[in-house]
Amino acid sequence: MPVQLTAHTGRVVPLRRSDVDTDQIIPAEFCKELTKTGYAKGLFAHWRARGGFVLDDPARAGASILVAGRNFGTGSSREHAVWALRDWGFAAVVAVDYGDIFLRNALKNGLLAVALDEGSVAELADRAEADPAFELTVDLEGREVRAPGFRRSFRIDDRARWLLLNGLDDIAVTLGRDDRIRAYEQARPDWLPVVGR
Amino acid sequence: MTTLVDKVWDSHVVDHRDEDDLLYVDLHLMHEATSPQAFDGLRLAGRAVRRPDLTLAVEDHNVPTTSLLVTDPRGRAQLERLRANCAAHGIELLRLGDARQGIVHVVAPELGLVQPGMSVVCGDSHTSTLGAFGALAFGTGTSDVEHVLATQTIALRRPRTMAVEFTGERPPDVTAKDLALAFITAIGANGAHGHVLEYRGDAVTGLSMEGRMTLCNMTIEAGARAGLVAPDETTFAYLAGRPHAPRGEVWERALARWRTLPTDSPTFDRTVTVDVAGLTPFVTWGTNPGQSVPLDGRVPDPTAFADPSARAAGTRALAYMGLEPGVRMRELDIDTVFVGSCTNGRLEDLRAAADVLRGRTVASSVRMLVVPGSSDVRQRAEAEGLDEVFVRAGAQWRLSGCSMCLGMNPDRLHGSERVASTSNRNYEGRQGDRARTHLVSPAVAAATAVAGRLAAPSEL
Repeated sequence: MPVQLTAHTGRVVPLRRSDVDTDQIIPAEFCKELTKTGYAKGLFAHWRARGGFVLDDPARAGASILVAGRNFGTGSSREHAVWALRDWGFAAVVAVDYGDIFLRNALKNGLLAVALDEGSVAELADRAEADPAFELTVDLEGREVRAPGFRRSFRIDDRARWLLLNGLDDIAVTLGRDDRIRAYEQARPDWLPVVGR
Repeated sequence: MTTLVDKVWDSHVVDHRDEDDLLYVDLHLMHEATSPQAFDGLRLAGRAVRRPDLTLAVEDHNVPTTSLLVTDPRGRAQLERLRANCAAHGIELLRLGDARQGIVHVVAPELGLVQPGMSVVCGDSHTSTLGAFGALAFGTGTSDVEHVLATQTIALRRPRTMAVEFTGERPPDVTAKDLALAFITAIGANGAHGHVLEYRGDAVTGLSMEGRMTLCNMTIEAGARAGLVAPDETTFAYLAGRPHAPRGEVWERALARWRTLPTDSPTFDRTVTVDVAGLTPFVTWGTNPGQSVPLDGRVPDPTAFADPSARAAGTRALAYMGLEPGVRMRELDIDTVFVGSCTNGRLEDLRAAADVLRGRTVASSVRMLVVPGSSDVRQRAEAEGLDEVFVRAGAQWRLSGCSMCLGMNPDRLHGSERVASTSNRNYEGRQGDRARTHLVSPAVAAATAVAGRLAAPSEL
């Protein structure tokens, strides 16, 4: 279902790790479901089971923005990673960069995953660690991340931003170009394989 | 000149809007783990599957490899939902027990469904495997699965292109897996981010289709969604006579088109060169595929890494892996050996493992699983007597499926077992809650099983 968003403000969970793969975000045994919701219990399940993980710090309860490191969400294409973050209560992620498929999945589900330079991300993690009440705003419309004394602009895929700002259904938009799809289909070479024949 | 990637891309553009191209999808593959929510989305919106005739579903992630009986209720629920969805929408499904069943990325090429110049998507990151045919093949999440089901298209920004040039002659003991690990280690686990790769050089063209699939499979581990090899006579010979390959006059026309896809001196946005002449078999020491060293090497000291982020990641990885800097990789005792997966579960991989095991015995301390990537691979391996080699050596000969690659079916590791695995990801917990994974080639996996520690065939 389409999501409409302009900006989100919330407190922060600082996760000072790079290359956090989607197997960490949600291990495979939690992906054996048929739904898009109900994944909060699987979020970082292996790390949480070992104790002392930042997500379980009572001071972080209710925080809705995850600040991570480089290459967040690398690896498996499982959209369950995004569903789990969303189910937990995260509305935005700020990281240095992302696994391609994760980033696309996030924006398709209205999880505002934005990228800032390494220094800015580290500054946000420092401030959140020092003060659990520290609040951050991720402004999709203005393409910037803001906090008191902090303002950085981010780049974001224009199409994803346009869909989110307008609450549009991606599939409906594409189906609006059905004439082009039909025209393309009619010109496809005849040697291309057809399944089941 | 225009690259192979750009040629394939251009020939699939349905429409262009702002910076995005709407690309037509020639083949949509799916499995039971990432598709149920996509079909739900269609149902909620009252939408149909646009091209069931360009869609193929396979059961692979949840399937057990010891019998055809799925005892796990949640795994069975995903399989049953896929069966119901495929039946409702007229999609062909290769079920558990079907002679064509197997890992989706292994099965599709066997059927001749992946051909040069095609676009292929699947809700699975290792769809990059199929780039071996000179096809633009990449993984997506479930939202994109739904989009492709409904529209047979996907909206994407044109990627940058990267040439990965493997120069020099490939030593005989260096496999496609070693090329992949060496490349990912050189560039880093997200080093190819935002690019589509073209693998080039004699060391690549000298690979069989199986080897090319292994190399392309690992593309996602470098952060790129797709990696291609230009089609050539090896590609065409593999395709000829496959069930879905064109025949007769149509084959001739297809072939003429396929021959136009490679470009002599294309211009890439970026070029990375890997010299293969000096390579030896590789093995991972850490918790992502970019953390690997030659098998002759030692566990590195992450505190010596210049980059603070790599230092922190390396230190964490060593703690998880239970390793100390300076330890020789060859001295690491192994509990389990896994040969299989979409990376190394094809016939050539099983032959390589069997060649090492023939006349030898798996160490008594080691459990070894050999899991064919497809039922067809299993049948062909048995026709060659490979199953007997494995069983006689003390390995377990299994039915086809994703198996121990991802810990989603009964094939999981126990506790902090150390495994030499021919799969693609050595992430924390990937193969079991606290499992410690070392990625290797099939030949090294087999030698390791015999030695009971990480070993090369030449040591036996």
